[in-house]
Amino acid sequence: MTTRTAVDGRAAFDARNLLIHAALIFGSVVMLLPFGWMLATSLKAPPQIFTYPPTLIPNPVVWQNYVDTVRAMPFGRFYLNSLFVAVSVTTLQILTASLSAFAFARLRYRGREALFLVYLATLMIPFQVTMIPNFILIRYLRWYDTFYALIVPTAFSAFAVFLLRQYFRGIPVELDEAARMDGASSLRIWARVIMPLSGPVLAALTIFVFLGSWNDFLWPLVVTNSNATRTIPVGLASFQGQFNTDWHLLMAGSVIALLPVLLVYILAQKRFVEGITLSGMGGR
Amino acid sequence: MGVRQTPHPHGNHKVRAEGAADVAPYSGHTTFAHRAKPKLPLQAHMTAQTASVSQQTSVSRWRRYRPDQQWEAYLFLLPSFAGFLIFVAIPVIASLALSFFDWNLLSPPEFVGVKNYVQLLTSDRVFRKVLFNTFYFTVTIVPLQLAFGLLLAVALNRAVRGIEIYRLIYFMPVVTTIVAAALVFQWFFNRDFGILAAAIWELGAKTGLPIRPPDWLNDPDWAKPAVVVLTLWKNTGFTMVIYLAALQGVPRELYDAAKVDGASGWQSFRYVTFPMVSPTTFFLMVIQMIGAFQLFSEAFVMTRGGPAQATLTIVFYIYQMAFEFSRMGKGAAVAWVLFIFIFLFTFIQTRLQRRWVHYEAGGES
Repeated sequence: MTTRTAVDGRAAFDARNLLIHAALIFGSVVMLLPFGWMLATSLKAPPQIFTYPPTLIPNPVVWQNYVDTVRAMPFGRFYLNSLFVAVSVTTLQILTASLSAFAFARLRYRGREALFLVYLATLMIPFQVTMIPNFILIRYLRWYDTFYALIVPTAFSAFAVFLLRQYFRGIPVELDEAARMDGASSLRIWARVIMPLSGPVLAALTIFVFLGSWNDFLWPLVVTNSNATRTIPVGLASFQGQFNTDWHLLMAGSVIALLPVLLVYILAQKRFVEGITLSGMGGR
Repeated sequence: MGVRQTPHPHGNHKVRAEGAADVAPYSGHTTFAHRAKPKLPLQAHMTAQTASVSQQTSVSRWRRYRPDQQWEAYLFLLPSFAGFLIFVAIPVIASLALSFFDWNLLSPPEFVGVKNYVQLLTSDRVFRKVLFNTFYFTVTIVPLQLAFGLLLAVALNRAVRGIEIYRLIYFMPVVTTIVAAALVFQWFFNRDFGILAAAIWELGAKTGLPIRPPDWLNDPDWAKPAVVVLTLWKNTGFTMVIYLAALQGVPRELYDAAKVDGASGWQSFRYVTFPMVSPTTFFLMVIQMIGAFQLFSEAFVMTRGGPAQATLTIVFYIYQMAFEFSRMGKGAAVAWVLFIFIFLFTFIQTRLQRRWVHYEAGGES
């Protein structure tokens, strides 16, 4: 940004630009290396894995590793479990949150602000604080190792309420007043006016909640105990427990676990980045 | 929607959204088309956590309450309210109560007063280690991640070309399942056949220097940095994207003005960029600190908390107490200590922010 004449300013700009790209490309390699290393190992035969120095390109390419992995661990089942749980949690969270957000943004009643503060206060509570009593409750309800345990406690989100309320408040109130004039009920206004106009925020929230649920680890680890209910991350971790040093299988399992999410991410990059950064909080 | 923060046609350059105060008010001018396609609505959620403080319903356009909507509203609130009551509110209290008991789920709970807490604070050597580890992770991960994230964002912001592809790559780890990431890093850090160790051996052989790779995951001194590296790899993309959005909201004129005044590249970073993104830095710092306090999966998969408890974190300790040793009361006590820490440190940061976070004139602070 120093002041120079136009001519050599341009030259400096190009040189600097080159430098920036060099740094960014180096960074990209660092970011991609673990993925590459994972993929390469997943296709190697064990003798090649345990040689020194390590080589990146698998030779021969052993697709059989994937067959062995799927035979050893029901990854198909884990997919289905994860999918079922993530879809249910996302649907329920958005449903419950949008109804409440509507009440906070649009209805007028006594105690609204106080109640909203209570909702906000629950945002401060880390999940780990409620984890143990929830676990005990789940056992008491005989929900241990069932989908209820995975879905129901995570179906409510104060954060989603907060996010949706902010958005709903930006929708012109004249629209629902007009609808009310025409005799529409509140439920109808929620369904026909507010929700259809909230596409962007709902899309963002959907991606955020879905991904959070798909990648969630601690809670599913605590409440599942069989392959019938294990989600992908927990299934992969228990796979690790059994095949401790079979790196070709563990890496094949990791590739299997990552593939669907990464594919969807690459296809819908912009939405993903927006959705996650917008909804931000949980990122890990 | 409150989270719109790119300069928009009607507005002044309102870059940030750190508080609910600027997070929402519906302005009558906003056109409908504009709303239908909001621009990158990054980052304004900013604070859900910190916002609660300033969350005031300053918008006075709400009309008086309508008695006929009272019960209707309760019905709308009922599903989520019931959920919070059962799975959040009651468990928080239950967790506090539980921390004053010894309970292994088999025999009846036994009231022990503050014994669990006293033990944690005085005689529990492992817990001391756990606290140290957690602070170690916090003070390494948070600054490094902020620095890398900002650096990358500044570079990306200047690169002009290729933003999309770089962002695709840098953000990839963010969507990655942490268990898979931890597995590959475990393999990555393998001393005998890992790629990193091989590179270091090679470097040693080529240069003749006496360097040899440490046995990362089996060496208490090196296991922690390995976890830090994994966390940085996983989360820096998130930091970068948030910073990038903030940078794109910094008005061009400020840089032009700095240039006219003869500022160097570093000076315009130091005196324009840095203060302009400081609210974002504050936001990221708070959520990353909370995240670092809650570190678990990384250590669970990669190192199992070891070696010699070198990577045992607070949350890991809660997990161990409750689900490996069946000591529900002690687990709950640790969880409450975590809660208090998070609360305290968030509070302190909110206080300190006045000293260094720059809000545009008229903004709250």
